[in-house]
Amino acid sequence: MELRKSYFADVRQNGLNEIGQPRPRLDSPGHVTGKTAYFADRNFPGMLHLKMVRSPHHHARIRSIDTSEAEKHPGVVKVLTAKDVPHNVYTILILIQIGPEDETVLADGKVRWKGEAVVAVLAETERAAQEAAAKVKVDYEVLPAVFDMEEALKPGAPLVNEYHGQNYYLYDSGECRKVRFGDVEAGFGQADHILEQSYQSSPIEHAPTETTGCVVAPEGNDRFTCYTNTQAMFFTLDNASIILQMPGSKLHFVGGTVGGGFGGKVDVIVEPIAILGAKLTGRPVCFIYSREEEMQISSPRAAEKVVIKDGVMMDGRIVARKVTGYTDAGAYSRHSPYGAQKGAAHYPGPYTIPNVWIDTYCVYTNRTPSSAMRGFGVTIGDFALEVQMDKLARLIGMDPLEFRFVNAYRDGDMKAHRQPTEGAALIECMQEASRAANWPVAEKYMAMSSYTKGA
Amino acid sequence: MAIRRGRGVAAINYPTGMNLGGDPTQALVHSTPTGNFMVTLSSVDLGQGMKQIMAQICAETIGVPTDRVIIDTADTDTGPHCMGTFASRGTHRAGNAVIQAAKEARQVMLEVAAEELEVNASDLETDGQGNILVKGAPQKSISIFDVALSAHFKRGRSISGRGMFLIPRSYPEKETGAMKPSTCYAHACTVAEVEVDDETGEVTVLTVKNVFEIGRALNPKMVEQQLVGGSWMGISHALYETTEPYYPNRDYGGTDFNQYLMPGPGDLAKTEIIVLERPSADGPFGAKGPGEMCANPQIPAVANAVFDAVGVRIDTLPITPERIMRALKAQAAG
Repeated sequence: MELRKSYFADVRQNGLNEIGQPRPRLDSPGHVTGKTAYFADRNFPGMLHLKMVRSPHHHARIRSIDTSEAEKHPGVVKVLTAKDVPHNVYTILILIQIGPEDETVLADGKVRWKGEAVVAVLAETERAAQEAAAKVKVDYEVLPAVFDMEEALKPGAPLVNEYHGQNYYLYDSGECRKVRFGDVEAGFGQADHILEQSYQSSPIEHAPTETTGCVVAPEGNDRFTCYTNTQAMFFTLDNASIILQMPGSKLHFVGGTVGGGFGGKVDVIVEPIAILGAKLTGRPVCFIYSREEEMQISSPRAAEKVVIKDGVMMDGRIVARKVTGYTDAGAYSRHSPYGAQKGAAHYPGPYTIPNVWIDTYCVYTNRTPSSAMRGFGVTIGDFALEVQMDKLARLIGMDPLEFRFVNAYRDGDMKAHRQPTEGAALIECMQEASRAANWPVAEKYMAMSSYTKGA
Repeated sequence: MAIRRGRGVAAINYPTGMNLGGDPTQALVHSTPTGNFMVTLSSVDLGQGMKQIMAQICAETIGVPTDRVIIDTADTDTGPHCMGTFASRGTHRAGNAVIQAAKEARQVMLEVAAEELEVNASDLETDGQGNILVKGAPQKSISIFDVALSAHFKRGRSISGRGMFLIPRSYPEKETGAMKPSTCYAHACTVAEVEVDDETGEVTVLTVKNVFEIGRALNPKMVEQQLVGGSWMGISHALYETTEPYYPNRDYGGTDFNQYLMPGPGDLAKTEIIVLERPSADGPFGAKGPGEMCANPQIPAVANAVFDAVGVRIDTLPITPERIMRALKAQAAG
C-alpha cells in the first residue's frame, strides 16, 4: 500500500503522534495463537443445546404440529412452539419506527420460506436435539410460492406476507422510495443517444469464519447473561426485550469479539429464542448455527435487479438518468426496506446529472429473507452503474475513463437528493488510477480538481 | 480458441454511517490511579480492529502513547449505547464519541496538573510520551502517572469524560426524495486486468489497481489489511459467489465451503493499493468509513474487463464460465 500524500496536503492536519502510525494491533497475538476467547468458548455445567425444526416447503399452511414423540426422546428437556413466545411477531427495525411487524420467531399457522424456524428443541446434547427435531411431525398444506420479483409484483401473484398485504414494502412515498430531480423526460428529449439496460445479481453469503450463535446463562438474580457474536449489542438486547416481553434490565449482553460479520450478524435471530429456552428450563442454553444454516438459513445479500435508462450527448455529458431498482427481500423485511431506500439515496452514482428519476422497490418472495451485507443498497447498484458507464462511453466512442471525468461530481454540485456535494475526491482517485494503471487521459482531465468546477 | 486479455475501470463513492442518520454512539473515558486510560464502549469488534483504532484515537486526544489506553467494550452492563458495527460507521461514529470523551478527561487531567505545577491549565501541553509540560518551559513538567495519583489520592478529582456522537435522523421528502442520507463519502477507482479463456469461459484476474480515498488512514497497516481483503472480496463477488447459482430457482445452493465457491490463494490477483486522504469535515481526524466501499469497485471493473477481453456483456452476477460461454455462443450465432 502506498499513501499518496501529495493530494489534499493543504487540508490535512499534521504533527500527530498516534494517528497515522502503523501500530501493531493489540489483539493480533491472541487471534493468531488461538488465545482469543469467542462466545462459543463459554461452557456452563448443564448447558442445553437448541436445534430448530425447519420448514421443508417454500410456502405452506401448518395444519398441525405434533411434538409428543420428540418430547419423549432421551435427553430432550423442552420443546418450544409459537405459543411459547410472548411476542412472536416482530420486526427488528421497529426500534427506528420502520414497521410493520411481519416475521415470526417460530412459525404460527404458516411458513413462507424453505428453512423457516417452526419448532425449537432443547436437549442435553446436540445429537439428542438433532434426533428429537427429526421426530417432530408437522402437517403442511403446500401453497403456491413465488420466487421471481417480477412475478411477485404481478396482479394475482401468491401473497407472500399477510402483514404487508401486498408483495412490496409500502413506504410513506408509496410502493417505492422516489427521488425526482429536474425533468428526466426533457433530458431524454435532448439526448443524442438513449441507452436502457437491465442488470441482475444473485444472493451471496457473508461466509464468516465463525457462524452466528449465542450462549445464554440464567443468573441467580433473575437476570440472563447472553454471550453473543451480534454486531449490535443494544439493538439485539432491545429487540429481545420486545420479543420476550421482558424488561431490558433483566438482560445482560456480552460480546464484542467476533469472527467476521460483514452484516450477517445484525439480524436478531438466535438470541431471543435461546434466552426464552434458558428462562423456561432454568438452564444455560447454546444455539449455534451449523455451517449449512449459516449458508442457507442466515440472511444473504439480497438479489437485486437494476434497470438504468440514460440520455447521453456526443460530447460525453449524461443529461438524464432513470433508475428502477428492485431488492429481493425474501419472505420478511429484516433490513431490506432500509437497503432499498439506501439505494435511492445512492443513485445516480458519483456523477452530476441534471435530470434524475429514481424508484427503488423492496419486493417480497418465498425465499430466505435477505438482509444487511457489506455495502447493501449500494454494491449491486455500483455494479450496474459502472457497467452502464462503460457501455455509454463505448456507445459515443469515448475513452471510458475520460467519460467519467466529464461527468464526475465536484464540491458544490447539487445531488439528485438535493444535498450539495462536499468533500469530493472522485477526480483525484481517477487521476491516480490513470497514472498507476498506465491508462493515459487527456491533459485537461489531469488538470481537473474536485475543489471547483473551474474552467 | 485463445486466451484473451482485457482491462476495465470503475469509479465509485460510498456513504459513511447509517443511511439517513439517527445512529448514536456514546463513549466513556476514565483514568486508573496510575494514569492509564479506560475507554468504555458497547461497540463490536468484528475482527477489523475497532479496539485498536479506538485506543489510538483516545491516546492521540489525551496525549499519551497508545499502550496506555485499554478498551473495554461490548458489555451492556457497563458500556454506553452504540447502535452497532455496520454501515461503515464504527470508526466514524465511535471515534467521534471517544474524541469528545477524551477531550473532557484531558481537560480535568490538565487542571490537576496545573494545580500541581501552580500554573494555568491553558499553559500546559502534553508531549505524547506520558508527560505534561509548561509551554515554552519544558523543564517544568509532571508525569501523567503523578497527575493521576494526585487526582485520586490528593485532589479528589475524577479524570474522566463523556462522549456522544449523533447525526440527527433525516426523513426523505415523499415526492422529491430530498433528504440528507449521509455525512461524508469515501471514493475509489479500480482498474482490473483479466484473461478470459474463450474455450472454457474461465476468467483469471491478473491485476487489480485500487485507488481509495478514505479521509484519513488512522492506522495505515490496518487500512491496508481491510482494503486488500475488500478487494479480494470484490473479485470473489464478481466471479464466484452465490447461494443460489440459478436464481430465482432455489435449488443447488451451496451448504459448505466445498460447494460455495470463493477464490483460493492461487486465484488471487496481484493487488495494488494506493490511498489518498481528503479529511472529512466531521470524521475523527478526518477519517471516513472505508469498510464497505473497498469491496465494490472491483465488481464492475472486472465485468468491464471481461467485455474488453471477449466482447460479450455479462450483466448478471456472478460472471461464471457458464454465462460467458453462453454469451460467446450467442455472439457466434450472430
